[in-house]
Amino acid sequence: MTETSSIQVRINGDDREIPPGLSVSGLLVWLDLNPALVVVELNREILDRGRYEESYIVEKDLLELDHFVGGG
Amino acid sequence: MDTPLRIADRDFSSRLIVGTGKYKDNPTMVEAIRATGAEMVTVAVRRIDLDRTKEEGVLYHLDPEEFFLLPNTAGCYTVEDAIRYARLARAAGFTEWLKLEVIGDQDTLLPDTHATIEAAKILVDEGFKVMAYTNDDLISALRLEDAGCVAVMPLASPIGSGLGVVNPYYIREIKRRLEVPIIVDAGVGTASDACITMEQGVDGVLMNTAIAVAEDPVAMGEAMRLAIHAGRLAYLAGRMPSREIAVPSSPTLGMLD
Repeated sequence: MTETSSIQVRINGDDREIPPGLSVSGLLVWLDLNPALVVVELNREILDRGRYEESYIVEKDLLELDHFVGGG
Repeated sequence: MDTPLRIADRDFSSRLIVGTGKYKDNPTMVEAIRATGAEMVTVAVRRIDLDRTKEEGVLYHLDPEEFFLLPNTAGCYTVEDAIRYARLARAAGFTEWLKLEVIGDQDTLLPDTHATIEAAKILVDEGFKVMAYTNDDLISALRLEDAGCVAVMPLASPIGSGLGVVNPYYIREIKRRLEVPIIVDAGVGTASDACITMEQGVDGVLMNTAIAVAEDPVAMGEAMRLAIHAGRLAYLAGRMPSREIAVPSSPTLGMLD
């Protein structure tokens, strides 16, 4: 039996291949992002920081990774 | 002299609120904002560009311990979008404070006041402290106050236009009729505009472009700090009545033959 080597998800409007079995925390580490500076929507629902560890990403998930930028 | 700017239950050391957009680089932004003396600064919520450096995030440059960050809903054209961005901003972890803006038209960036009022009601119910960007229209301003906004922010003129206060009468009328603080938001182009705006008696001014795209943003930041202070003091001092005939300043009696 072979394990799937990657799954396809949609992150910030782009299709991406990511390793299977990642939690949201794991994904942020994999993308080299600081969780304290990121806000996450998983399938259009805002995810509290406290749930990053327990929320696992599966094929076809829709993720938005947002942050604060300069604005008026 | 002057009292602090009080919004909801919080005092702010400056009556100037500044945006963080459009600066040529982040060090210039930070230095310019420090020159303005502003305590409250606005930020926007956007997607992280995963193909570029993460340093574009404004929090790498602005310490929330030094500045009070006010997230905005800039770029939102519907009630639903504004609410989504507001919730994301709150989840980002800093604050329930929000600069609500719902734009109604791409060319003028004028606010959709009807949608803004609707969004304000929902967000106030959700516990947000809403500072609402709106037109220089008294009725919309009154409705936003009724909706529970902690501050109402009429424009001086369109966003990024630099035209200054186009209707000081309406701004004064809004200030006269509302209890909540009035922050004039958008349209200031240079220091005299900021000063004239504060002379209308409003509680504060929010600006971004005028400082960010000045040739020397740090110098303009300092100019704005002084202009806001000067305008506020002139308002508190009570200006002389203006008249269309001359009145001599020196005695007319005691002239030599």
